[in-house]
Amino acid sequence: MGDILVVAEHLNGALDESTFELIGMANDLGNSVVAFIGGSDDMIGQLGAASKVVRVDAGADFNPETYGAALVAVADHVNPQVVLTSGSSMGMELANMLSAQKSWPLAVAATKVSIDGDVKAESALFGGKIIATTNLGSGPCVVAVVAGSAPADAGRKDGRPAVESVDMPATAGKVTFKKLIMPESADVDITTKDVLVAIGRGIGSKDDIEVAEELAEALDAAVAASRPIIDAGWLPKSRQVGKSGLKVKPKLYIALGISGAPEHLEGMKNSSTIIAINSDKNAPIFDVAHYGMVADLFDVVEELTEALD
Amino acid sequence: MKIVVPLKQVPDLVEDLELNDEGTGLDYEYLKMKLNEWDDHALEEALQIKEGGSAEVIAVAVDGEDVDKMLYTALAKGADKAVKITGANPYADNQELARVLANAISGMGADLVLVGVQSAGDRDGWLAPILATHLNMPTVSVVTGLEVNDGTATVHKEYSGGIMAEFDVALPAVIGVQAARQTPRYAPVSKVRQIQQSASIEEMAAGDVGDVVTSTVEEMRHPEKSGGARILSSVDEIVEVLKEKGVV
Amino acid sequence: MTLKTMVRKEKENKISYVEKDSAIIDGIDVSGHWNKMYQPREISNFDVGPLEELRALAGAESIGNCYQCAQCIGVCPVDNVGDYGPRKIYRKLQMGISLFDSADLWQCTTCMNCLRVCPKEVNMIEIMPAAREKAILDGKEVPAELQEMFQNCAEYGNPMGESPRKRARWAKKADVEVKDLSKNPESVDVLWFVGDYYAYHGRGNDAANAMARVLTRLGVNFGTLGAEERCDGDSQRLAGEKGLFEMLAEHNIEKFNSLEFNKMVVSGPHAYNAIKNEYPKMGGSYDVDHYTQFLSSMMDKLKPLMTREFKKKVTFHDPCYLGRHNGEYEAPRTLLNAIPGIEFTEMFRNKEQGYCCGGGGGGMWLDGFMADNINERLSENRVKEAISVGAEVLAVCCPYEVSRFEDAVKSTGNEGKLQVLDIIEIIDQCIE
Repeated sequence: MGDILVVAEHLNGALDESTFELIGMANDLGNSVVAFIGGSDDMIGQLGAASKVVRVDAGADFNPETYGAALVAVADHVNPQVVLTSGSSMGMELANMLSAQKSWPLAVAATKVSIDGDVKAESALFGGKIIATTNLGSGPCVVAVVAGSAPADAGRKDGRPAVESVDMPATAGKVTFKKLIMPESADVDITTKDVLVAIGRGIGSKDDIEVAEELAEALDAAVAASRPIIDAGWLPKSRQVGKSGLKVKPKLYIALGISGAPEHLEGMKNSSTIIAINSDKNAPIFDVAHYGMVADLFDVVEELTEALD
Repeated sequence: MKIVVPLKQVPDLVEDLELNDEGTGLDYEYLKMKLNEWDDHALEEALQIKEGGSAEVIAVAVDGEDVDKMLYTALAKGADKAVKITGANPYADNQELARVLANAISGMGADLVLVGVQSAGDRDGWLAPILATHLNMPTVSVVTGLEVNDGTATVHKEYSGGIMAEFDVALPAVIGVQAARQTPRYAPVSKVRQIQQSASIEEMAAGDVGDVVTSTVEEMRHPEKSGGARILSSVDEIVEVLKEKGVV
Repeated sequence: MTLKTMVRKEKENKISYVEKDSAIIDGIDVSGHWNKMYQPREISNFDVGPLEELRALAGAESIGNCYQCAQCIGVCPVDNVGDYGPRKIYRKLQMGISLFDSADLWQCTTCMNCLRVCPKEVNMIEIMPAAREKAILDGKEVPAELQEMFQNCAEYGNPMGESPRKRARWAKKADVEVKDLSKNPESVDVLWFVGDYYAYHGRGNDAANAMARVLTRLGVNFGTLGAEERCDGDSQRLAGEKGLFEMLAEHNIEKFNSLEFNKMVVSGPHAYNAIKNEYPKMGGSYDVDHYTQFLSSMMDKLKPLMTREFKKKVTFHDPCYLGRHNGEYEAPRTLLNAIPGIEFTEMFRNKEQGYCCGGGGGGMWLDGFMADNINERLSENRVKEAISVGAEVLAVCCPYEVSRFEDAVKSTGNEGKLQVLDIIEIIDQCIE
């Protein structure tokens, strides 16, 4: 049984939650856990739940070319049975490059990983409508794990494990990191609100957002949204909940016309109470919601707003 | 500048997905296939670059049902050339598809390969970074902003929370497009029909795909419905819940 | 606009003016542009290009006939709630303002009231689709909601973007047998063209069920195309997507021709217009009735079945595509007058002068766009009229209208005051 190599993900000098989730998950599998970190040495003190850390000086900021090359070098050094990355923008890129360069089997969108001789991963595909179990063989292999698939606390432990260094391999230098672009100062911080009224594709048109805003006002809530609304430019990026948006944990999350794609669920499924209103009774949002109503959202929202006033 | 855009067909989720008898894959017989929506963004971005300066846009797809229509639609939208790869598995996962596409694209002299960053059925990887490795090109994925100048693409890669990173990528490169600068355009049916009469689709044999990184699907299933939501039937009941939770 | 560009534009547009370099009036310096005086312009000073460009399109020639009498403005349902009308379009064209880049392009509902009164036969019903088609083919910006509808129809054969396989699903819930001729072909007397809204929309399903029950009680041997039916395409044609119309029509015609039936009955006026007037041009000629026509031809059988009273004050909205476009005003009224217990009242704007619900010509998918251009939805205006004549029920016979008017009842704050029912639903309620 080989080691499990976990990619520690960081942005702007801070470790991402997914790092702890992956370490916790890897520990549960019973193998020895090695973390790879490409950035600053300062973060290693938080990786106490790993038994070893391999560091490559690949620059403080993520770059697919340098971090990809560094990960390949570390994989050669560790010779792991499984490499776990986050299913994020960075993690996916690393998982795919490693798999392609080393010809190691890969499973993405994984929510569960098990090792029983062979490594198996369970992935949620087609908007969560299909669950696939992939057999990746006995290893080495790569799995990209959806954020929130394991509790972060299990892998969060202060302490500095043994650190090994691997030299940064030469690269062609074709990708240059220029800068981070921070979002324009958000009008509302949806991560700090107790109540969120979130809208999705079902809202239909930009003008109809008003209906949600009125409900939000009545509840002293903020309006959040799923990706289609942001892509359409109807609300600023700072209101986006989900994989590429923000992760929120309000006391109450009201989902209006949101079908519940896995990318969205990732950002809100830990809310204390979720109420979903959708006209499609088969919408996956009803699986994570605590309360649901199958109805035309406009009818309900207008009536609800009136009832609250 | 030459921009190659691989277009992939994916099952249309408007239909219920049915599984094969073995429970190891989809039953494709009754599935309706459609263009992967992220690929539509990649195509739109390519057309935007073309319209903002000059570029030749080549759409490439593996032959399959309704693929001609998909390629003619790409031509109607403004692509300059459409190439159909014959003799390959139309339902291939990305590891295999990347091999097929790498064979086809390597001789095209592409300066830029724009790929939809993901598709709904991605199980064994993302197309862009795997394809880039086979083509030996640099790559960045989850890109929402793209500008090309003198052999360099300046891209914005999206992280969570609205944070983005800017990279310069030396061309030729493979970019995984998350969103085009504007909503993908609509191709009027009459234009598609007109193109069908006047334009032609180039064919190219898939050839030997070589070694593909394999993984086995042991099982595919529909998720069991969890306890799910308690279904409320009136607004009054919602108000009750809000009171119970101390929100009002 | 900066002064420089203003001057340049003035030169381009051949606007002439007088301007004194130095002028002081009552001690105030008004030199230069401060004392500019424009000369009156000749109409020929304007750019006639946009007018000529439109007139050159097949079908749009009659725009040139307009002599600005403004009869159309008085009857245009859009001008009634906004600032739009055929005469105004011509006036703008005279001044060199193109229709192709204007919001005016998408506002016409093709209701045909203007053509009814136009002494010069300026035919917006042909001008608008031609102009819109050119705009779409030239890649001009199409309102997003309309574009999405086109995309849905092209991909799924219905404007909702629902699975075509689920088109016949409503019939499973009907309590009478609805023959699906696409699955079990057999010769029938009546082929019923169900239409998108009856097939997919919740309130449309109610009407579809009612229709199935009524036809069954009348002993009509009928069947449907089941999942093989596609959108009739007429609204898509009028909204400028002619190619999409042709694709949908070709599909339907092929399916119609594969079946044996004596008569076709359609649920909706738009399908009626398409199949009666447009499909023959594409080689598909059928004996087609709107359902109100079909049922009103069977009054001797229908009347005895309607034994339950419907004691309500009812008014009726003439669908533009049944009435003005196809001259049928009596069939729905024959049915309504035969309803036992009914108190039927006309609205002020009825029959030839009926007001448009706003859903025609693609308007069904432009509500968001129109909100920026009008101060009240056409359907809201109409609902208020229905209430003003004291009606408790607004009867309709176009599948677009139930949801449109129900929305309007709510948005005008009249919930509970006015019920919107398809005539077929009322008939169904009266049959025991």
